[in-house]
Amino acid sequence: MFDWLQHFADWLIYSVFGIEVETHLGIALNFFVHDTLKILILLFFIVFIMGIVNAYFPIERLKDYLNKKKLYGLEYFFSSIFGAITPFCSCSSVPLFIGFVQGGIPLGVTFSFLITSPLVNEVAVAMFIGMFGVKATLIYVVSGILLGTIGGWLLGKLNLEPLLSDWVKQILENKMHQAEFQNEQRTFYQRLPEITNGAWAIVKSVLLYVIIGIAIGAAMHGYVPENFFHQYLGGGEWWTVPLAVIVAVPMYANAAGIVPVIQVFVAKGVPLGTAIAFMMATIGLSIPEATLLKKVMSLKLIAIFFGVITLCIILSGYLFNILL
Amino acid sequence: MSKVIKILGTGCPKCKTMTSVVTEVVKENNIDATIEKVEDIMEIMKFNVMTTPALVIDDVITIKGRVPSKNEVLALLN
Repeated sequence: MFDWLQHFADWLIYSVFGIEVETHLGIALNFFVHDTLKILILLFFIVFIMGIVNAYFPIERLKDYLNKKKLYGLEYFFSSIFGAITPFCSCSSVPLFIGFVQGGIPLGVTFSFLITSPLVNEVAVAMFIGMFGVKATLIYVVSGILLGTIGGWLLGKLNLEPLLSDWVKQILENKMHQAEFQNEQRTFYQRLPEITNGAWAIVKSVLLYVIIGIAIGAAMHGYVPENFFHQYLGGGEWWTVPLAVIVAVPMYANAAGIVPVIQVFVAKGVPLGTAIAFMMATIGLSIPEATLLKKVMSLKLIAIFFGVITLCIILSGYLFNILL
Repeated sequence: MSKVIKILGTGCPKCKTMTSVVTEVVKENNIDATIEKVEDIMEIMKFNVMTTPALVIDDVITIKGRVPSKNEVLALLN
């Protein structure tokens, strides 16, 4: 599907720029041109498709669904899936959180949504398809959704309501009237320009990170020797997964910047499971995220939330390394 | 009558874009309106929105969770 891009990158770097094949610079530049173009094309299409999905399943409708349907324990799973298909904006996580608990959705189910939402998003998926292929992407998405399901269920069992901020508890006590979900009246074609513009806006907003990420990846690709990381992180020692995850938790990078770097780690000998666990911890948990949540949760609750998720990510890292 | 426009958002990039779009539309068309930014999360939650930024015109939520185009804002203000 992307053969023509490789031909184009070969032609541009080796014929037009006249850089020797098999040199460090040649390999790095070729990788950069090929991957940047491929990722940008994938990114636009996937963001566009997600834009259409979201136009039909806005968050209010999903919340209504969780609220009104009896799901017999599957609500964690559904909430996690909804988190995956909703575009994530870190600044919306607090309003979403309040909106969910205020609408009578249990705390654990809300957590399922909150866990999966940053983890599985359209940008991460596009980057993953571009760098690791469809199979690895499916594994990533499915495990992200399962992680949200299990993490939310676990947190739900812990009865954490008393640890919410006081004003959130007040909201819970005197639940305000529920705004009914308003159906969109416009036709698909009337909304298409808005969806397209939205997709462009997202691609533009991550463009810089994609380019920086791929540039770092390309530089490492061309200059870091094969199996360089293998000797440090690739031996499969039991402590490599927890180490990778714990280092990654406080860090924040968006999926656009982190995937190209991860890809090089994997190409140079780090097991895919360790790399995915590192990535999940980077984009799923971070200091900025904790700061935002501080407005609705006590520090203790944030610590429990982060602890449980960190543990789940570490376990999934081990699982991948065994399965893959 | 002067319109009261409120922009709800905790200060993310999208909220800033919305503010500048709305400010430009109001200026360019000489619309009689006051623009107020609501950044406090507790205030925002009173409007019952789950996605920011949101645009509130005379206490009616008109747009939430996305940045509107200039034409859209103009249509909403007229």
